[in-house]
Amino acid sequence: MAENHTTATDKTVPYSTGDSKITDATIAEMREIAARYPVARSALLPMLHLVQSVEGRVTPEGIEACADVLDLTGAEVSAVATFYTMYKRRPVGDYHVGVCTNTLCAVMGGDLIFDRLKQHLDVGNDETTEDGKITLEHLECNAACDYAPVMMVNWEFFDDMTPESATQLVDDLRDGTEVKSPRGATICTWREAERVLAGYPDGRADEGPTGGKATLAGLRLARERGWTAPGGSSNAETPKED
Amino acid sequence: MADTLTPVLSDNWDQIRSWQLSSYQRSGGYDALRKALAMQPADVVATVKDSGLRGRGGAGFPTGMKWQFIPQDNPNPKYLVVNADESEPGTCKDIPLMMASPHTLVEGVIIASYAIRASAAFIYVRGEVLHVIRRLQQAVQEAKDAGLIGTNILGSGYDLDVVVHAGAGAYICGEETALLDSLEGRRGQPRLRPPFPAVAGLYGCPTVINNVESIASVPAIIKNGADWFSSMGTEKSKGMTLYSLSGHVTRPGQYEAPLGITLRELLDLAGGVREGHELKFWTPGGSSTPLLTAEHLDVPLDYEGVGSVGSMLGTKALQIFDESVCVVRAVLRWTEFYKHESCGKCTPCREGTWWLVQILERLEKGQGSDEDLDVLLDLSENILGRSFCALGDGATAPITSSIAHFKDEYLAHFENGGCPFDPMASTVFATAGASA
Repeated sequence: MAENHTTATDKTVPYSTGDSKITDATIAEMREIAARYPVARSALLPMLHLVQSVEGRVTPEGIEACADVLDLTGAEVSAVATFYTMYKRRPVGDYHVGVCTNTLCAVMGGDLIFDRLKQHLDVGNDETTEDGKITLEHLECNAACDYAPVMMVNWEFFDDMTPESATQLVDDLRDGTEVKSPRGATICTWREAERVLAGYPDGRADEGPTGGKATLAGLRLARERGWTAPGGSSNAETPKED
Repeated sequence: MADTLTPVLSDNWDQIRSWQLSSYQRSGGYDALRKALAMQPADVVATVKDSGLRGRGGAGFPTGMKWQFIPQDNPNPKYLVVNADESEPGTCKDIPLMMASPHTLVEGVIIASYAIRASAAFIYVRGEVLHVIRRLQQAVQEAKDAGLIGTNILGSGYDLDVVVHAGAGAYICGEETALLDSLEGRRGQPRLRPPFPAVAGLYGCPTVINNVESIASVPAIIKNGADWFSSMGTEKSKGMTLYSLSGHVTRPGQYEAPLGITLRELLDLAGGVREGHELKFWTPGGSSTPLLTAEHLDVPLDYEGVGSVGSMLGTKALQIFDESVCVVRAVLRWTEFYKHESCGKCTPCREGTWWLVQILERLEKGQGSDEDLDVLLDLSENILGRSFCALGDGATAPITSSIAHFKDEYLAHFENGGCPFDPMASTVFATAGASA
């Protein structure tokens, strides 16, 4: 099992590639994010998400831009950027594919799915396919245990997975076939997703259902049996999810 | 006697576009806010206190009392911070709640902020749930556009700003003081207490930090009254709550019931353990709560009941494992998680979790000995209660409880020279009836 959790630390991290895409517009957006908070430094996490949306990773130029806007040192920003798992120092592909290998998902099939995908994509943990499309990573619990085994693509849920549905999913992503999350939206790119995390909505909130089968399991049973909280329910007779 | 299931938080989840303001209002949404704004803030606090609502994030601290601790004579601004960093292994209640009905949370945020006289509220949501973040962002925007957030809310003279803040992947940020450091743009590491956040929290100002489900329970309490809420549940554990069943169960999912229901009753509702198998072990409230077994099927799932059998109610994340699962493998994987998520601030947790993994890896491969079990217990004893925050304590829970209940299985690994279980047998795609 241990090899599941090794990371390709032997590969060099590109420092600056000299082609940073941080522009004055990015800096202006960083200032906009900082203005949301009573104390500007609170904006650092969303600002780093913005850097990833522009650069495809956290670059030295992105770190310096955050430091300039917040009047911090580069070291102070780096200290934060290296603490959090979602910030990537190596370029991430168009699709970040995560497989939950925390205990429950692992025993329900996550370990086998992760092994299959490593073989199928010929990459290790936290590595990107040669075509730059897919970065594969094992995840810790993503709060969807009632849909185990769970995968995430660009932080959208993919429920009740099998090795077969997992390989089909990554094949579709690589082929450019439109892919929808069963409990979310049509899959955008990783950079586009990072922009939403920076606090810039993409207008897709209305896509997808209220929840999946497991989300509604208890409620459906209560409806069938006429169970309610004391005083009844104003929703028991009104239109249901279409 | 209340019904077996009592959907309150989940009651509108089957409504068309339940995440939108118009749908939420059709279900009576924001009536509670109007009622609260007509009350004195102190009366809102008193109602929540009288209801008996206790924190749903795991610790079970009385919510109203937390609000009362805010020193109103402190000249600094007051803040409400919602802990939406749901990451405890097995826990999956807040995410579906915010996906299906973000306005339930937003309404609770506005009422709670009014009660403690906060000028701003922050919803700190883990970053790894894109669609939930979209729906929270939209709900807050809809509420702003409708005059429910902003200046002079509904003509009350009360002003509030609400910010949805995405984290970046760190379990430790679910610890409330680490969350505050993270929200201040720092590494998420816990703070020494005292001072408690109620006195010196976000930016050193008085701050209430509550779990999503706690805050989402507030509108129903204000709307229906403290007595209505406390008519559900048990003597010291009042109200309804979301129980999350996952793992080897026929119909996993969210089951909203009064506190005190048992796992036997919940399993019955969920169609039982998967066909052809039997219950081996389970967590009452995530991986940081000591494992229980089939002996504990009739324990009332409330704060006292689960505490009385040496575990904790935690987040009510009921992870069900049948006899096909190797407990050593399960515990190793959780331990690897704690090692990965240890923030590194204190030595017992940073070093201790590393050593725990080394030993468990050896045990799982069948290369360990009886002595290793003693070392594991000794290490656990040196981490529990000696770490800076509860992460270290949590890391020891699966180890000590699994050795207490399944020592023979650890021993079988040495006798067998490896794991005696077939990892395929526990998967959802194993053929039904496949045995270990």
